[in-house]
Amino acid sequence: MELEMPPAASEIARWRDDFPLLREKVYGKPLVYLDNAATTQKPQSVIDAESAFYAHDNANVHRGVHALSQRATDEYEAAREKVRRFINAESAREIVFVRGTTEAINLVAQSYARPRLQEDDNVLISAMEHHSNIVPWQMACAQSGAELRVAPVNDAGELDLDLFAKLIGRGTRLVAVTHLSNALGSIVPVARIVDMAHAHGVPVLLDGAQAIAHLGVDVRALDCDFYAFSGHKIFGPTGIGVLYGKAALLDAMPPYQVGGDMISSVTFGKTEYNELPYKFEAGTPNIAGAIGLGAALDYVSSIGIAAIAAHERDLLDYATRMAQGIAGLKIIGTARHKASILSFTMDGVHPHDIGTILDHEGVAIRAGHHCAMPLMQRFGIAGTARASFSFYNTHAEVDALMAALTKVKEMFQR
Amino acid sequence: MNDLRDLYQEVIFDHYKKPHNFHALAEANHIAHGHNRLCGDRITVYLQVEDDVIRDVSFEGEGCAISTASASLMTDALKGKRLDEAQHLFDEFHGMVTHEDVEPDPALGKLEVLAGVREFPARVKCATLAWHTLQAALKDRAAIVSTE
Repeated sequence: MELEMPPAASEIARWRDDFPLLREKVYGKPLVYLDNAATTQKPQSVIDAESAFYAHDNANVHRGVHALSQRATDEYEAAREKVRRFINAESAREIVFVRGTTEAINLVAQSYARPRLQEDDNVLISAMEHHSNIVPWQMACAQSGAELRVAPVNDAGELDLDLFAKLIGRGTRLVAVTHLSNALGSIVPVARIVDMAHAHGVPVLLDGAQAIAHLGVDVRALDCDFYAFSGHKIFGPTGIGVLYGKAALLDAMPPYQVGGDMISSVTFGKTEYNELPYKFEAGTPNIAGAIGLGAALDYVSSIGIAAIAAHERDLLDYATRMAQGIAGLKIIGTARHKASILSFTMDGVHPHDIGTILDHEGVAIRAGHHCAMPLMQRFGIAGTARASFSFYNTHAEVDALMAALTKVKEMFQR
Repeated sequence: MNDLRDLYQEVIFDHYKKPHNFHALAEANHIAHGHNRLCGDRITVYLQVEDDVIRDVSFEGEGCAISTASASLMTDALKGKRLDEAQHLFDEFHGMVTHEDVEPDPALGKLEVLAGVREFPARVKCATLAWHTLQAALKDRAAIVSTE
């Protein structure tokens, strides 16, 4: 993957053609969409897949004996198989469809961690987690009297692995860390963390919300126990996401929500739960969303994650070099291994003002704490401005970002 | 189309770079903390109220140009005002930054430079943070602190 050459400009132009939204204008200027860490745009094939389902195949899944229900079920399960293949899980039984990363983590916190946690136990996370990989553990710990341990990051935004290893102890029941920091862009050495945790017999959940669209994810190579991601951050629809879990762990967990489709038999005395993964999919699922996600993964595979990573690395290197040339701009997050995210502050200008002025130049970025308030406190700042790249962004768009940042400086230096 | 210059007027930059009444107030008998969840900005508003008149008012905190300038201008406007006048200013200010078709009340004076905010819905909360914190300081009994 490291050896892949960045793609030619003509190839990027072809990729961009697949995304109708990238032709939008804001304030009469061409849209420069650099908020991909918040959500990604959708290729036509994803929009068409959702639309075609509703136009031709819509029915409930796993229920009807009629033809449509069978078609809907087949497509829904085909999407599950696409997810399995994309992350190289052993079995489609290990792929649970949820609303998104947040629901996936809550599921594990309540269904796996909470029943096992006791006083004197702990859950270990890192200081650069998104709120969705903090609060569910905080809640499970509060419910059980366990401790939430936080592994520190250094000034560059990297985990201190020696310190991390020391924090895994006899009472550690779970390690939950991000694969790629949404606020800093740091790539976390998750394979090593999994090794360290497994040496103590501790399972690991990886928050893949950011990583999934930028890094190749192979859950068997990583040997992680749980992997969570959202469809909308990898060019799929909102409201659909995935929890991968090793079958043995999922089998031993009680359902998270209960109701229809997750049962095998119900009497008023006793209910027997359905098999994996249906045990965790109570109620009618987001069928069209799953099918849309399947189409998104097909799309990403057709381009290839290696080509995507090569282009994004090239873009981030270029943007970093350009940003370093702007006096008063400070990059927050300077880890040696980074992907897709340029987070920064500017002397004398609040991120929110940067965001508004950039918006008027057609440049969409995120300004604020990025749902990582403890991390912002760690760096002694209220927030940052964050440009986050996707494979459909271009060098010209980085130039537009830098030109807009120069405008910000001019306005505030009057 | 909304114009950036309507939002970022010269007066806004002046108050952002050198905010007025930007300090804690030892004599304060009403204090409240405000927090904008969207961006993480925090503000503390201090009031010294005697006989239903705002004798002194100040603020501290960290915020964007809009929220800092708004707080600075607010403290200037409130000094010496009766509480009912302060409430009237709040209502008028809130109306000005949230309704396009409302002519700003002349009583707003310098606060009118923030009228451009109404063209920027994402920034209305920045402009109103200090004012909502003021409301909390005045209304919340628990926020009243002793000067002893």
